[in-house]
Order: sequence, then structure tokens, then C-alpha cells
Amino acid sequence: MNPRRKQRLYLTLLGVVGFSLIIGLILYSAGQNMDLFYTPSEIVNGKNETGIKPKVGERLRIGGLVVEGSVRRDEESLDVSFDLMDSGPIITVTYTGILPDLFREGQGIIAQGHLTSANEIKAFEVLAKHDEEYMSPEVAEAVKGIKHVKSDYSKTSDNTKG
Amino acid sequence: MVPQLGYFSLVIAMVLATMLAIFPLWGAKRGNVQLMNSAPTLALGAFFFTLLSYLALTYSFVVNDFTVSYVASHSNSLLPIRYRVTGVWGGHEGSFLLWVFIYSIWMAAVALRSKAIPLLIRARVLGVMGLVSLGFYLFILLMSNPFESLLPYFPVDGRDLNPLLQDFAMIIHPPLLYMGYVGLSVSFAFAIAALLTGKLDSTWAKWSRPWAVAAWVFLTLGITVGSWWAYYELGWGGWWFWDPVENASLMPWLITTALIHSFAVTEKRGIFKSWTVLLAITGFSLSLLGTFLVRSGIVVSVHAFASDPERGLFILGFLAVVIGASLTLYAIKATHMKSYVKYTMFSREVFLWGNNIILTVATLVVLLGTFLPMVHKELGLGSISIGSPFFSEIFGYLLVPFVALLGVTPLMRWKQNKLATLKKPVLIALGISIVVGFLMLTLTRSEVENMALLGVILAIWIMISTIQSVLAKKEVQQKGVAALSNMTGSEWAMVLGHMGFAVSIIGMVLTSSYGVEKDVRMHTGDTVVLAGYEFEFVQIKDITAENYTGHAAVVDVRYENEKVAHMVAEKRFYTVQRSAMTEAAVDAGITRDLFVALGEQFKDGSWALRVYHKPFIRWVWFGGLIIALGGLFAMGDKRYRAKRQSLIGRKENEIEQSDLVPEVQS
Repeated sequence: MNPRRKQRLYLTLLGVVGFSLIIGLILYSAGQNMDLFYTPSEIVNGKNETGIKPKVGERLRIGGLVVEGSVRRDEESLDVSFDLMDSGPIITVTYTGILPDLFREGQGIIAQGHLTSANEIKAFEVLAKHDEEYMSPEVAEAVKGIKHVKSDYSKTSDNTKG
Repeated sequence: MVPQLGYFSLVIAMVLATMLAIFPLWGAKRGNVQLMNSAPTLALGAFFFTLLSYLALTYSFVVNDFTVSYVASHSNSLLPIRYRVTGVWGGHEGSFLLWVFIYSIWMAAVALRSKAIPLLIRARVLGVMGLVSLGFYLFILLMSNPFESLLPYFPVDGRDLNPLLQDFAMIIHPPLLYMGYVGLSVSFAFAIAALLTGKLDSTWAKWSRPWAVAAWVFLTLGITVGSWWAYYELGWGGWWFWDPVENASLMPWLITTALIHSFAVTEKRGIFKSWTVLLAITGFSLSLLGTFLVRSGIVVSVHAFASDPERGLFILGFLAVVIGASLTLYAIKATHMKSYVKYTMFSREVFLWGNNIILTVATLVVLLGTFLPMVHKELGLGSISIGSPFFSEIFGYLLVPFVALLGVTPLMRWKQNKLATLKKPVLIALGISIVVGFLMLTLTRSEVENMALLGVILAIWIMISTIQSVLAKKEVQQKGVAALSNMTGSEWAMVLGHMGFAVSIIGMVLTSSYGVEKDVRMHTGDTVVLAGYEFEFVQIKDITAENYTGHAAVVDVRYENEKVAHMVAEKRFYTVQRSAMTEAAVDAGITRDLFVALGEQFKDGSWALRVYHKPFIRWVWFGGLIIALGGLFAMGDKRYRAKRQSLIGRKENEIEQSDLVPEVQS
């Protein structure tokens, strides 16, 4: 091999090694910051795909419908708790702070937080869908097949109002 | 009648685009001048009929034509007229019409501004643009027709525009961003044309570069405005959320930033040609990928349109064709493009290349972080989310070497540089930035956060070394500051671009490190203290407007017993859409923003309030504007104007000669 070719080979090898190293590091770091998504029944029964159950203390995301009449507010502070369900088991979510504008009973929401006991989550973020039509794909899938929980605002999707 | 005409115009535009995709490319292959000459006319024709179609939809919005399904679901007779005009891009179908319309604007612009380019290249560039546009026209006509009629049963009134979009920044954010996204197709078309022709040289870089810079300027502005909008309108009070769709705009921006720097090397030195081409292809592919993310509904995001898997599949297929075809062409042709220009490891080219690599890695980080959750889900492993800590952490690591190189590179010479000549300026810059950065923080803040200190030092390092690179110019050393007026557009672009970046870094690190947020429950008359500012909840008022009602909280802010701000934060309820909206009150300042958002009311009559103190947050966006201004200077550079003068008799050779002289610096 002439020196020029040799140099090229080394450079290519260096490139390949460097590239795989970078990808590996990114994936590793992503794994460290990864939150699994559960529905309330998956938290109780284990994930549908893998059967894995979350451990207490684990950081996770949960998506489900807010159970009608389950929203309880503290008298003094901004503490609030509500129940989430999909097809059966109920998980209680506690949160301190302002809930999003579109948070309503009977609607789909996503919360991110830590599992504090077998059926309780302390959330640090609560997300609601951002308009009447839109439901996040995760929630839509989670509540698929369940009949719509009735609420005050659930009958607005006809075009002829006004 | 008008909506039907609008649809019909779009069909005509597509026919013209089809001809544009066939005739010039065929002519280029056959050497048929007449066919090649048809390109500009066809491009202008496609633009004209797309414009008509766009105007037709705008007209339908303005006159409240609710027989059009899209108008009925995105407008209302009570909607103020300015939002009816901009409501055109308030949903999927209309915003895609805007996308196609903007694409046709770029086609027309290329047709008009490419007279000095050899016919063969010109025909191929426009032909490729026509070919790409076919995908867009097909998509809009077949799968997302904005003119779809509700006749004979149409509603009396519309469902109104999403309240989030009834806002000034929302008027300008999508068009700016689309100008950027779609504008990347021009440098893509130039890259493909060059591959087809097999001729990649510094002249090619000179033709293509201003287009890439133009798209990049729009992208920069679009992202900046979007960040500002999210800050005050979504009531989140932050400037970046690593939301999948934000990421979709960041990826092409990072790659195009690399591209315009790589172009500089290709233009000046005639090297990195195949790398530049690859970046141009990647940039546009990523912009298509962004479209896919937004319009397929596969991501959870404030930006995502209601999902429709068929549309997603179409875009995915289109994406596959564009990427597949261009990479195949690249694989066949680019290997033949070797350059025989010498340079050593310690030279400006290599340092620029280093930063290109970092930008590419950053893009890769965003790409993996955005798509990993989807891949994970498709593999049947369940859905996951990757949070902002992942992105922030890696970007933090990448920023340090990136900025280190960014500071040194402008001080370096092309080809090779002696270590000794750099030692002095680098040590001076490093010394100043560490001392000044440390003093600035210890004098103004009670606590020194490591992240903030590092960021401020990096920013000052950029500023000092940028100034050094200007002062080091021979002219400046001979004539003093007067020589600044002789600096070329490209030189100003470098100065402004880098300075703007430094300004943004200061804003980012200071607001992240020292920003304070508090959610509180207050009765009227209560006060809360935040970072020395005393917020008093004075009263609550009822508000009514054309299409919403709501409450407004009046908050007075005092600092050291002096009143500094009177703020009104609103909670609106849009009657037609039946949705609530938070209109945060922001008291903007150079060194700090005060931010109040109104939450809900509780049974005992108290309210939830969110108060923020955000130091230096404006610098984030101000920096973005400076960066974009730098891009404008680059576009206005004389050597691109010389190209047009060649039309009126100057020999093109002359200009090229002058461009081949390497930049002299010392």
C-alpha cells in the first residue's frame, strides 16, 4: 500500500470508529434520560408489550382520562390531586401548581412524574390536549375502545353552532 | 365560484410544474436550447397560478365563505379581519397551500435571478425544483385540498381559528419558517444540478451560496420568532422546550449553518466540494422530514396537526424518493470529485471542518432524540419519551469545543498557520474572557453558578476573538477604524453572526441559571416577592372582546419600594371554540423580564398566579436577530452583485479571477 492510500485508510477507520463512538454515547445518554409511558392499567398489570411493571420511585409518563368528580383541591395551597383511568384500574396523581387551560374532568391528559406508591404518582408536569379536536396519539391509543366519558364540553364538535 | 377557480388554478400550476419537471431536464440531456429556455417561463407560470389559488382561499376567508370546509373549520364571522387573512395557514390544508405558494415564490425568484448562470445549469436547477414541486402539488390536490366544498349543507358560521394562533407572532412565524424550509430546496436543486452536470467548482458555490444563506436567514428568523411566541403565548415562560417539532426546525438550521460555512471553504479554496453537496442534500431532506413530523400526527406536540396516517405515508414515501434518488446520484457522481488543493492540519479549512463536524453531531443528537421514541414504539417496546435534560446535557458538552474553535478560526489563515502567530491573540482573548466573565458574575450576582460562568466566558471569548480578527486585518492596521467601511458583506456577516451567537449564549445561560419561577395562590391584595421584586395582586377585572370573554388580573410590581411595572394578565375564554387561553403579561427589559400568568379561580375566590423573573431572556432572541442580520450582509456581498453586472457587458472571467485570489489576512 502506498502511503497516500494508507493515510486514507486510517482516516476512514478513524471516521468509522469516531462515528460509532458518538452514536453509542448519544444512545447511552438517551437511555439515561428515557421515561417509559404507561396507562393506568399498565401501571397495575405491567406493560402490554413487555409485561414490565414500574418500580416505586421510577420516573415515568402516564396518560389517561381524568375520572369525573375526582379532582380534589387543597383549601390553602395549589396542591391538587385527581384520578386517571383507561380501562379499569385507577391511578391517583398529585400535583402542585397550575393545571393547563384545557385540563378538564373526563378528558385525556398526560402527566410526567415519579411513582410514589403502587397506585400513586407525584407529577411535576401535567399536559392537556391543546384544542378540542386534538388528542395526543398516546392518550388516544390508551383510551381506544372506551366509551367517551361524558363532560360539559364534550359536545362541541358539530360544525353548525353559532 | 371563487373556491372552484382556486382549485382549478392549482391544477394548472401542477400541469406547468410537470412540464417544468420534464422539458428543461430533457433539453439539458439532449442539448436542446429551446427546451432549456422554457424553464424560467414555466416556473413563473406555475408561480402565477399558485398565487391565484392562494388569493382565492384568502378571499374565501375574508368574505366568510363557509361553503368551503376549511374556512368553516378555521374561521368565524366574528374573527377580526387580520386573523381571517392569516387564518389561511391556521390548519393543515391551508398551511400546506402556503407551503406550496412559498415554494413557487422561490422557483420564480430563481427563474428571475439566474440569468447570469449558464443555461445548462439554470435549466437543470429549475427542472429539479419543478420535479420536487410535483410531490407537493400532488399532495395538496389529492390528499389535502383546502377548497373542499361542504355544499349543499354548509354551516351558518365557522368554528373559529384556534385561539393560540390569534396573535401577532403567529402571523409571521409560519411564513418565515416556511420561507426557510422551502428555500433550502434551492441549494438542494443546485447541488443536484451540479451532480448531474458533473461540474462542482467554486463558481458553482458562488451561485448557490446566496440562496442557502437566504433560506438560512428566514429559518433563523422563523425559529427566533417561534421561540419568542412560545415564551409569551403558551404561558410556559421558557424559550426552548425540545418539542419534536421545534427539533424539526432546529435540525435543518444546524445543517444549513454548517452548509454556509462549508460553502465559504468551497468558494474560496475549491475544496470540501462533495461535503458541501452532501450538506445541501441533507438540509432539504431534514426540512422534508420536519414536514413529515408535523403533518403525519405521529408526535405529541403543540404544533402537530390532527393526524391522518394516509398523509403521513404519502410524505414518508416522497421523502424516501427524494433522499433515495439524491443520495444514489451522490454516490455515483461525488466520488469523481477529488480536489487537489493542499492544506495542513493547522489551517482555517481544517478548523472550519471541525466545527462542521460538531454541527453535524449536534444534528444527529436532535435526530436520535426525536426519533428514538418512535422507533422504540414501532419495535413494540412501548412508548417512551426523551426529555429536555438529554438534549441540554449533550448540547452543553458540544458547545465548549464548538465555541473554542469558533473563536480561533477567524484568526487563522487558509492553507496553513504557524502556531506562534496565534499564541498571543488567543492567550489575550482567553485571559480577558475569564477575568471579565468572572468579575461580571461576582459583581452582579450573589451566587456564581458554574453553568452561567462557563457560558459568559464562552460568549466573551467569541466577542473578543471576533474583534481581534477584525483588528488583525491589514487594512485596519494601516488605516485604522476608517477601514471598517471597506469590509465586505461576508466579513460583516461573520462578525455579526458570531456576535449574535455570543449574545444568545449570554441570554440562554443567564436565564437558565438565574431565572426564578413561582406558582402561587393569591387573594386580591396579596403580595409575593420574587428576586427582590414585590408583586401585588391589585384586582381582577372582567373583559369582553369580539370573540372572547374572560378575566384580567392587575398586578403592580415594586422594586425597592419603587413601582416598576403595571401588568395585566388575562385568562380568555373563546366562545366559539369553547377553549380557554392564557394571555401572559410580560414586562420586558434589557436585563430582566417580569412575567405574570393567570391560572384558575378557586372556590374561596382566590386565584392561581404564575410569576417569573427571567434575567437576560431577551438576549436569546436579540442574538437571533443579529445572526439573521449577518446573513443579510452575506447576501448583499458585492461579489454576488458582480454576477449581475456581467449581464451588461463585463466579462465573467474578470470576476472569477478576483475571486480566486485567496483572502489575505495577518
